[in-house]
Amino acid sequence: MAESPSGVNRFYLVLGAVALAGIAALVYQVRKPKAVSIPANVTVLTADTAGFRGYLVGSDSALIEISEYADYQCPACQVFETIQFPAVREQLIATGKVRWRYRDFPLEMHPNARVAAHAAACAEEQGKYWELHSAIYDRQPEWADSRNAAGILSQLAGTLGIDRGRFDTCMSSAKYAGRIQASLDEGVRLGVGSTPTFLIAGRLYPGALSSDSLRSLVEHNQVPPAP
Amino acid sequence: MTRARKGIALLSLTGLFVAVYLYLYKIGQIGTLVCGTGACETVQLSPQSRFLGVEVALIGVVGYAVLLLLAVLSLQPRFAGPAWPSRLLAVLSGIAVLFTAYLTALELFVIHAICRYCVASAVIIVLLFLLAARELRRSAAPAA
Repeated sequence: MAESPSGVNRFYLVLGAVALAGIAALVYQVRKPKAVSIPANVTVLTADTAGFRGYLVGSDSALIEISEYADYQCPACQVFETIQFPAVREQLIATGKVRWRYRDFPLEMHPNARVAAHAAACAEEQGKYWELHSAIYDRQPEWADSRNAAGILSQLAGTLGIDRGRFDTCMSSAKYAGRIQASLDEGVRLGVGSTPTFLIAGRLYPGALSSDSLRSLVEHNQVPPAP
Repeated sequence: MTRARKGIALLSLTGLFVAVYLYLYKIGQIGTLVCGTGACETVQLSPQSRFLGVEVALIGVVGYAVLLLLAVLSLQPRFAGPAWPSRLLAVLSGIAVLFTAYLTALELFVIHAICRYCVASAVIIVLLFLLAARELRRSAAPAA
């Protein structure tokens, strides 16, 4: 069935209008300002660190405490977390030999590292620190280079049963920026220069150590941790 | 130029925007999906949001783009006569319907969450297939 040229043109006009409307909507969504930014080099207040030494997992009576200085956006830290840490948990932490202490050490070269560290801190408020900690590392490729890491991490938090409203409010407040800075400052003072770095019995061990290496170090350092 | 082919073109364009929106979200260009229920994120962040290592949203983008291109081409006067554009549209949209049914089953029985954009895409693709089937019947019927 032939159609008049005006009918054809009208159809293309409609198609063009729909295309323009769709493109405008997508551009708006992409350019919408992203709310969350976690400032660096903030002044650390006493309240930022009061009663907080880091994120701990393991028995209080463990003879060895290992402190890990790590950056959520660092690929080597991700390798350690996803490949080695499950074995460390099983062989050293669950057996009561080691208490693990995670410290944020966001590197300047990783613009989303502080956002991720802050997301984990906000998850701790809802008792889901280690769940989100693991998920952040597992899904690192999805948020690491994103222009809106906070949005992705918020959605990730939601999948773990974290209340998104409370979480987003916590993220927007940037209330843990000082705690993250204090953690970084502590690492710098100790001489940490790269991530991950492990502090075991007063000595620093840089690099993504294997679980076997860590087990061996633990066996050679069976001394009580400093009070 | 038939109404059915016009309808297919418009539906493909609409579906393309839905798929592009979801894909932009997947690659981190859109922070939060306008969803309301949170189920969209559950679906989009699930392992099932990839098919054979490829983002399902990207498959949607390519699929809708191909259907749109084909539909617009089929509107040209020189393609008004031949039946092959109608056949191709019916076959491609039929495959898309089957793939959508598989994805919907995953949402219902594996992920246990329904993404409203996936529902929108499912409705679009079913309508598109019905139009393509109607167009196929019309092009196969002997001329009066």
